[in-house]
Amino acid sequence: MTNDYRPMWTGLGLNLEAHDALLKVLGEAYQGTFLSQKNHPEGMSYFDFVMSEVHGLRIKELQDVRSEGRKVVGTFCVFVPDELILATDAISVGLCAGAEFGFDEAERFLPRNTCSLIKSFFGFKLNRVCPYIEATDLLVGETTCDGKKKAYEIFKAIQPNLYVMEVPQMKTAQDRALLKSEYLRFKEELERLTGVVITAERLKRGIQLVNSRRKALSRLAVLRAADPAPISGLDALLINQVAFYDDPVRFTDAVNKICDELEGRVGAGEGVVPQGAPRILLSGCPMAVPNWKLPAIIENAGGVIVGEESCVGERGIRNLVDDNGGDVDTLMEAIVGRYFKIDCAIFTPNPERLDHVMDMVARYHADGVIHYALQFCSPYMVESYRVEQELSSRGIPALRIETDYSQEDAGQLRTRVEAFLEMIRK
Amino acid sequence: MTSAGLDVGSRTIGLVLFDHGVRDSLVTDTGVKPLKRCQRLLKSRSYHRLVVTGYGRHLIAPSLGGEVISEISAYAAGARYLFPDVGTVIDIGGQDSKVIRLSDQGAIIKFEMNDRCAAGTGRFLEVMAHTLEVGLSEFAELALSASQSVHINSLCTVFAESEVVSLIARGEEASAIALALHQAVAKRVTGMVRRVGLKERVVFAGGVAHNRCFHKLLSDVLGARITVPSEPQIVGALGAALMAGEGK
Repeated sequence: MTNDYRPMWTGLGLNLEAHDALLKVLGEAYQGTFLSQKNHPEGMSYFDFVMSEVHGLRIKELQDVRSEGRKVVGTFCVFVPDELILATDAISVGLCAGAEFGFDEAERFLPRNTCSLIKSFFGFKLNRVCPYIEATDLLVGETTCDGKKKAYEIFKAIQPNLYVMEVPQMKTAQDRALLKSEYLRFKEELERLTGVVITAERLKRGIQLVNSRRKALSRLAVLRAADPAPISGLDALLINQVAFYDDPVRFTDAVNKICDELEGRVGAGEGVVPQGAPRILLSGCPMAVPNWKLPAIIENAGGVIVGEESCVGERGIRNLVDDNGGDVDTLMEAIVGRYFKIDCAIFTPNPERLDHVMDMVARYHADGVIHYALQFCSPYMVESYRVEQELSSRGIPALRIETDYSQEDAGQLRTRVEAFLEMIRK
Repeated sequence: MTSAGLDVGSRTIGLVLFDHGVRDSLVTDTGVKPLKRCQRLLKSRSYHRLVVTGYGRHLIAPSLGGEVISEISAYAAGARYLFPDVGTVIDIGGQDSKVIRLSDQGAIIKFEMNDRCAAGTGRFLEVMAHTLEVGLSEFAELALSASQSVHINSLCTVFAESEVVSLIARGEEASAIALALHQAVAKRVTGMVRRVGLKERVVFAGGVAHNRCFHKLLSDVLGARITVPSEPQIVGALGAALMAGEGK
């Protein structure tokens, strides 16, 4: 199977030896983490298949599309509006990397105390193991955190098709105007790249595609409020991760199908864990494939994750874009309106995030919150204090975790998570 | 009915047999084959149920037919049994240190644990004692005898070791260096205590609780009386045995 894609990978300039090593790690992690779960819903077979072909069939699809003259746009952040990309018939792929791979290479360019997420995309690029980066016609960075925005300056030299979008840091009227002007500049860039003029009709279609995907993911999120939870947090996280790679129409269809199955489970009172298993809300930094360390520890210890307050999760899917506008400007306004509500920790102040955490605890009947911050991710590390304060004041158990992509702290994390679950069970 | 509790730590194994009180207890080195050692320890002893805690719990429990409990719950339960009015448990073991806050009812309200490295743990003190060419108990006495301290910047076991070497080369008194090392670890642990919130009575358990200097520093810095159980290294195993007895 793997061999079929080797010419394609070579054509993309991948380092086959390193890439084989990555696929081996990825395959083993997937096998050990996902396929060994109990009560794996049948509808997961689609996502299992997508994962097994994540560097194969999906890349072939991208290459086929490119040979027809359409473009592929890579992104690193939920602030990059997919609606605009899809409006030009281009394909959008999320490129965040979640593996400790090529860090020694990355550390030639970046300080050691850079967060894993940044080191990871550098490492993937430098080791030439990410077919997605190599298959993009445009790569979109953004000025969310200091680590990223400075890293892009260095990245640009090794990846010349990098485009950087400015993201505001406050929520005043000027900030909103800045976001709008940046989205208009991005629209022009996409039009230049694709040769397609974004009309109201095209934009509407882009909005509807993304709205449908968000609606399906929200439907999945709501089903997890049931006790017992009908799907593991790991599977739900995987679905949210696949959302960044997959064809939106096919993906939305697969999510709705698994939701049908899960509705049946909820109706029958069936779940992946016994009723009463500690229900955990995971809150904080995004978890990119294959960063499954903490969720796997939580669920192996008998907890069940009922929601992700994260970009790969609810932060990325909350709120739809109003598609009622009849002209491009109205629709662009609607897009800006939706994205400006994102409660990323780069904003100051950011009270919406606290509200959302409390709201998710209530909606998904969480027994406790595990706050997850990547080491050296100052925005989330600092904000975790306020999240914890707010939770404690309401008597909701909270555990703050700072970790990275390595496995060396797995033993200690396991002890802390098990103790946290024991504390909740009492 | 007798219940057994095993605490398989990174440096030592603790065992407690419990039946309306502690019937038997021991502490031995973990060694490189902890499973074999635990099997031998339990072979000659009879008990009804077994609960395993400590760093090696997941390795040991399945082979011995025991259940697992985290060290945090085990230390809290053990300390609470010994001192029903305990409010804060400090446990400094070989590889990690933890601070646990308990409610009046004995439930865990909050806990802190060091992350990945050995900074602030017994292992750190062990490495430093070795660098100063003294045994562990001598190390504490040396620190207690110091008339002054020096400043140590690093708590990283690797960096602190080289810092100590350069302090020795600079002609600093060994006692001053020993005291500084104790202070560095105490600072780390008291920081954790502040994060969970100090509530008396403070019970100090784990291997490092044998260290008199450390005991003194903790009570000075925290401004609280510190209680050290007569056998601080079996508190985890005792907690595990209690849980085995409860059928938890």
